[in-house]
Amino acid sequence: MTPLLAVEDVHATYGTFDVLRGVSLRVEAGELVAVLGPNGAGKSTLLKTIAGFLPPRRGSIRLAGDEIAGLRPPALLARGVAYVMQRSSLFPRMTIQENLELGAYIRGNSGEVRRDVDRVLALFPRLAERRRQRAEGLSGGERRMLEIGRALLLEPRLLLLDEPTMGLAPVVMGLIFDKIREIRAAGATVIMVEQNARVALEVSDRAYVLEQGQTRAEGRGEDLLASETVRRAYLGSASGPERAIQHGGGPSVTGLGTTGR
Amino acid sequence: MTAEIVLQSVVSGLMFGGVIALVAVGISLIWGVMDLINFAYGEYLMWAMYLTFFLSASAGLEPLLSLPINAAILFGAGALTYRLVVRRVLRGPIFAQLLSTFGLFVLLRYAAWLLFRPDDRQAPSALANAIVKLGGLRMSAGELVAFAGSLLATGALFWFLKSTRTGKALRAVAQDREAALALGIEPDRLYSIAWGISAAAAGVAGSLVSPFMYVNPLVGDVFLLPGFAAVALGGFGNVYGAFAGGLVIGVVNVTGGTLTMPKVKLALVYLVFLAVLFMRPKGLWGR
Repeated sequence: MTPLLAVEDVHATYGTFDVLRGVSLRVEAGELVAVLGPNGAGKSTLLKTIAGFLPPRRGSIRLAGDEIAGLRPPALLARGVAYVMQRSSLFPRMTIQENLELGAYIRGNSGEVRRDVDRVLALFPRLAERRRQRAEGLSGGERRMLEIGRALLLEPRLLLLDEPTMGLAPVVMGLIFDKIREIRAAGATVIMVEQNARVALEVSDRAYVLEQGQTRAEGRGEDLLASETVRRAYLGSASGPERAIQHGGGPSVTGLGTTGR
Repeated sequence: MTAEIVLQSVVSGLMFGGVIALVAVGISLIWGVMDLINFAYGEYLMWAMYLTFFLSASAGLEPLLSLPINAAILFGAGALTYRLVVRRVLRGPIFAQLLSTFGLFVLLRYAAWLLFRPDDRQAPSALANAIVKLGGLRMSAGELVAFAGSLLATGALFWFLKSTRTGKALRAVAQDREAALALGIEPDRLYSIAWGISAAAAGVAGSLVSPFMYVNPLVGDVFLLPGFAAVALGGFGNVYGAFAGGLVIGVVNVTGGTLTMPKVKLALVYLVFLAVLFMRPKGLWGR
């Protein structure tokens, strides 16, 4: 069967620096897949490349069999690929309602959009109460929820989430993961980059481990968690969830951030 | 000097300020959406005034009635400017961007000079010498119409930005270009629309002032410099602030000139401008 997404031997470059050096992964429809790895491994770059923000230098990216490498974000959105970037991507001086409406921009003006905005708001009651307030007043967790809610209005087949829980308190993290699971249960396929490897492996069906721009390991969450080699090499065996969160916010070894730009 | 004269000058200042407010909103829109200063903005207005003049001279059109034609033609000219000039330098260094609109300023001004010569011209208008009396105040009917028209045009633009899908997309691009792209909002298309709308505002202003102002190739300066001052006063890129700034600048310009000497009125505008930048570099309503 054709996988929903097949990334093969993708290379991508920032300036003169090769960030991706032959990444391959396959995601079946309905899967929740985590992408893990140390800072600078190319995790965020991989999502950016799939989302059309960075054209790959080499390799192929196929969505349900169709080549999508090099397409720009609007064309990818039209095919159902939605992307929530690592940094905050809300429009701070617009209301929660307006931010959500813009999520449905490509769908035009319709009664259906208004209904869907209400449906998303029902999914996030905390946002519903404050729909007329500007996004800049929201807390970190609320912002993330609004971003994820906004991406849902794009009606994605494939949702790409770049560190959805970065910088959030553990309680809020749990809430976000619950929502991600709900979204997957509703039929979307999700690829999620996570610093917090342990939690990500528990939540996801499968995971890929990237290192230095290459795929180094792949497997089911519990298998990777059990693998001593993987733990020591890529997950940081000593790091519990709290430490991993702090780590995600810190400066990176390569100077690319968590390849966030 | 009586209170009546002061009041009269404040009213006149507000009339002029209304037009400056529209100009400032036009400049501010481009600045807000793409962080670019359009030095040629006054020249768009000047060309719009020539358009009004020639429509009158050739077809006998009342200057005010040229408004929709000016708006449409200038919209096209603005969008075209973006596609032909601005888009090419957008990825270049900031100096290339500044010089591109400065170059356009020089080109538009001296093309007008070459084609129309530096003579003052004015289309005849039914409003030219009409006076409206309100209480003890006397207002030129042309200025009153220009004021009301500027307010209406600005209000329409604000409504557009606030309530329409394209208006919201414009604000989204202004606030976070990359995030907008991630939602399928193509910045290039929105930039083109922003340039069109901005130039159309200059077109509208050109029609509105034509009943009571001469046009010559230098007339853009009358609007551009106070317009910039208003944009700075209002907080760069904040269209609502630019509107308020325009009214303030208008009053400072006219009332200040009346209270001191007409010759120093522009100097007063810049004094206020510098004072605001000195105390609040982001403008009175800056973010």
